[in-house]
Amino acid sequence: MSLDASRYLNPDIVAVPKSGIRKFFDVAATMPGAISLGVGEPDFVTPYHIRNAAIDSLLDGETQYTSNWGLLSLREEIAYYMETRFQLKYDPKNEILVTVGASEGIDLSLRVLLNPGDEVLIPEPSYVSYAPGVIFAGGKPVPMPTYEKDAFVLTPEAVEAAVTPRTKAIILPYPNTPTGAVLGKEQLEKLAEIFIRRDLIVISDEIYAELSYGAPHVSIATLPGMHERTIVLNGFSKSFAMTGWRMGYICAPAAFCDVMCKIHQYTILCAPRQGQVAAEQALRRGREDGYQDVKTMRESYDQRRRLMVSAFRDMGLTCFEPLGAFYVFPGIKNTGLTSEVFCERLLREQKVVAVPGTAFGHSGEGHIRCSYATGLNKLQEALERMAKFVKAL
Amino acid sequence: MQNLQMQLLQLLQEDCRLPLEKLATMTGATMEEVAAAIEKMEDDGVILRYSPVINWDKTDRERVEAMIEVRVTPQRDQGFDAIAKRVYRFDEVKSVYLMSGAYDLLLLVEAHTLKELAYFVHTKLSTLEHVTGTATHFVLKRYKSDGVIFEGKNDDKRLVVTA
Repeated sequence: MSLDASRYLNPDIVAVPKSGIRKFFDVAATMPGAISLGVGEPDFVTPYHIRNAAIDSLLDGETQYTSNWGLLSLREEIAYYMETRFQLKYDPKNEILVTVGASEGIDLSLRVLLNPGDEVLIPEPSYVSYAPGVIFAGGKPVPMPTYEKDAFVLTPEAVEAAVTPRTKAIILPYPNTPTGAVLGKEQLEKLAEIFIRRDLIVISDEIYAELSYGAPHVSIATLPGMHERTIVLNGFSKSFAMTGWRMGYICAPAAFCDVMCKIHQYTILCAPRQGQVAAEQALRRGREDGYQDVKTMRESYDQRRRLMVSAFRDMGLTCFEPLGAFYVFPGIKNTGLTSEVFCERLLREQKVVAVPGTAFGHSGEGHIRCSYATGLNKLQEALERMAKFVKAL
Repeated sequence: MQNLQMQLLQLLQEDCRLPLEKLATMTGATMEEVAAAIEKMEDDGVILRYSPVINWDKTDRERVEAMIEVRVTPQRDQGFDAIAKRVYRFDEVKSVYLMSGAYDLLLLVEAHTLKELAYFVHTKLSTLEHVTGTATHFVLKRYKSDGVIFEGKNDDKRLVVTA
């Protein structure tokens, strides 16, 4: 007789649905000739000098633990980078924590902030991990829908409508996946006023900061009164094409970092050493050559971004212009199909993978997420197939 | 050089069949601006030719390639230019570089057969006035050329769908 696991498992965690993205993965992975616009990571391989630094480190026998906080030399590079690129000042000794991807940063910040039942505001559509992360930390996720008419920007009205006395924190994920929306300084100022008035802590996920195509990225932590109440999450995955290395970092006032480091210390100990060495190389070279790696990749994404927006508009779909990340989020309402059906049929009939907007929250209905982090030839082929598909509807 | 020109060069180097319309969309310039920039670069000799990168090893064509180091005596007033000109006019010679170091010119030479290549070296090249010596290295295999890796498939190692 086998054990009935459900008697032992935490029902709150069992109840969290699996990522809606998974379903498409299973079908698409077995379909020869399919082109995927569903990939949420760069199509570049980590630059060779970065990989080589990790190889050298292994050859030199650097196989030991590092400080819980991460190598000091890496934290110093991060401090320099954050200050020169984003005007954010953090002390490398106690305000920067090196994590296993920005994902660990999401988890740590939620766990140190939330008491049971505390509410966390999350713009929607957004990255799939925030709401589950809040639940895992014992809190209650409260979605704030954003809309195409507002360029998917979080409005002060949406925040005011969602905030309650139980609201502890807000997740601010801009530049945004899946929409590609960004928040400018003026918009941030309006929001900051509410965050301060309502005494909210901001978890600002800035993993796509380097992939901003209009004005340079502005961090909310640079605004008056915000540094002390903001936890900035960033990492190397998107900006340096280092997804598989799982290298991220948290920048926050020492009092927050100290407690987050406690969980990190007891659960993770430290981020993998070779990843840290590679990350340090990425930043050191960047400091020397003006972040050439990032610049080259950003320019290439920007070209493909323009191509995508123009192609979707030519197909007769609505497509607001995304100014960040590497996704476009065209509207497919006028085809009469739901996001899910659109994506299923697109995959079956033209072998192109896109992700239904609903995978990122209810307000993603009527949209699909298409990544342009794909080689130009494949991208053009995918767009041709999609045009055929839309025309035949 | 202007950013538009640099962007166009990088895009055309990747795929020189991209139509004007797409080049314009991708760079954010108008079609007229793109056409003018390309024409200017053609006129200025920045863009010399639009040609594919070919892996001849995958074709039936018999072909021998060699890198040839050439030592020459530079000439008064003309330096190496005059002799380089004599050399690059041969059809067999695909590339010519003036080098620092132990020798002066480096040639990439191509012929149909070993015999033909040998004939080129000992009757045409070595006998040129001012050529004082040559060293011929045959190419056994081409792994990468013009930034393109020739062997194996550069397959995508990413998962098909990720958040």
